Amino acid sequence: MAFRDGPFENLKVPLVWTAAVVVVAAVVASVLLLLNDHRATDGQAGYGATRSTADAVAGPVGGVFAAPVRWAGAASDYVGGYFFAVAENRKLKAQLADFQQQRDQVIALKNVNARYEVMLGVRTEPPVPMATARSISESRGPFNRARLLDVGSAKGVTVGNPVINEHGLVGRIIGTSTHVSRMLHLTDVASQTPVLIARSDARAILKGDGSGNPRLEFVRGVGAIEVGDRVLTSGDGGGFPRGLPIGVAAKGIDGSWRVKLFSDRGAIDYVRVMLFQDFGQLLESDDLNAAPLAGLITAPPPTAAQAAAISDAAARRASISAEATARNRGATPARVTAAAPTPAPAPPPVVPAPRPATTATPPATRPATTATTPSPARPRPAGPRPYQPTSPPAAAPATTPPPPAASAPPTPGAGQ
Amino acid sequence: MAVRVVGPLQWIVYPSLIAIAATVILATPVKLFGLTLPEPVLPMVLAFSWPLIRPSVLAPMVLVGLGLLLDIFWGGALGLWGLALSAVYGVVLLSRSFLLGQETSVLFVWYAACTLMAFVLAYLIVTVSSPTAPSVLAMIAQIVPTLLVFPLAHIMIERFDDGDVRFR
Repeated sequence: MAFRDGPFENLKVPLVWTAAVVVVAAVVASVLLLLNDHRATDGQAGYGATRSTADAVAGPVGGVFAAPVRWAGAASDYVGGYFFAVAENRKLKAQLADFQQQRDQVIALKNVNARYEVMLGVRTEPPVPMATARSISESRGPFNRARLLDVGSAKGVTVGNPVINEHGLVGRIIGTSTHVSRMLHLTDVASQTPVLIARSDARAILKGDGSGNPRLEFVRGVGAIEVGDRVLTSGDGGGFPRGLPIGVAAKGIDGSWRVKLFSDRGAIDYVRVMLFQDFGQLLESDDLNAAPLAGLITAPPPTAAQAAAISDAAARRASISAEATARNRGATPARVTAAAPTPAPAPPPVVPAPRPATTATPPATRPATTATTPSPARPRPAGPRPYQPTSPPAAAPATTPPPPAASAPPTPGAGQ
Repeated sequence: MAVRVVGPLQWIVYPSLIAIAATVILATPVKLFGLTLPEPVLPMVLAFSWPLIRPSVLAPMVLVGLGLLLDIFWGGALGLWGLALSAVYGVVLLSRSFLLGQETSVLFVWYAACTLMAFVLAYLIVTVSSPTAPSVLAMIAQIVPTLLVFPLAHIMIERFDDGDVRFR
């Protein structure tokens, strides 16, 4: 049969088989996508342009779709406010009475703390600028707990910024576009936060597992944690500022330590993104990987004035040393015996040296015995001293080139 | 009298768009009377009903697209839900000859089994790729609303099965 006669016209492949082939291809494509997913390790680069674009589109679209639901939520809050007004009023009055007492204590403690910080020279963290945002949408599943916020890189939001609400820490930014950013909840399975227990100052790691109450792991020490202890950010690692409230410790039904989050006390609709930059984020990885002594070989050459001062000091030291050697040759045996146990450094001059007038103790007032007990604060340089002729010091800078820094390191006070 | 044509637009494209819109709406961060909105995996309805309506080349591809949309919208790993939904489609496609014409209760049991399989698959993938295993209770909290939307799958099967005269 010729090909133009259509040998495949009667060939019929069952639709089930073609669909099965497409399913297999879909599974393979999904597996490849999973294997190439780097969003958890590569930061903004791993987040990718696709996700950023999708977030930028999903933000306003979600806002439009969700508007009726928002209105319904606002209506339920309005009605609920009337139903629970009396109970809430009593509760707020009790809280207010408690807080008024604490307010005076807080003011006094802040005053004392500020004075201590000044006395001890503590370097406190600067105030962190913030950007207020509204939560557009959220995912509440076991595998993902995240939110879209309506602020992005246009307002300075970057990956890693902590997000708080009026109760405490909510999460951190994991991806940004121009006007929308994605926040990872503390409860997400990928979230790990270094925390401390306020009562015992014990450290732990807060790990989300997709449930409402994240786990506390790596708690060290006996009695380091009890039910009801406040949990704060520790600031370890530099990802979060220290002291952000997170929640209180509680025992889970599986016996593990968990945290009841403060941020769950109300709806997470409006949040604040802390534009926090820690020291770790400011460092370049290349600087960390550089050789430790790399900076020593890049010292700039001395200026003309420095070279002149170095040459001057070296010439003075050479002449003084020559004079002292000549004098020791003619010294009495008893004086030599007394000088024998003295350390190696060259003795200071007995003859008044041409020191500057700003020297506190004039050389002439020094006792002669100081020649055998040189000051330990003026050690001799370890390197070989350059040869210096007995030329006048004033002429040295002009006639001799500056010695290399490695061969003639300046001694303390050499420039005086 | 004009013949009503039930093509892919009716039983694939429109339900997909409805599923996307419903997912976006249910992701609204709002509390109604102290409770958050449920978050079912709505494309599970399509993954179960499409192979029963009729085998198609387009449907698995659309399912992968829906899965990618879920991953991007919820912030998960790319390919997670595409793989889970494709697996459900494949299983139902293989058991199609058994499921056709069965009672609703049988279909629900099979739907529940497929849903459980998809979630277990996603659970294993997330456990391997994340530092912490997800909470089983939290997973059950998403499985339950996904099971509760089974009537939508049943409605789709009743509506579009035998809708195309070529498959009668």
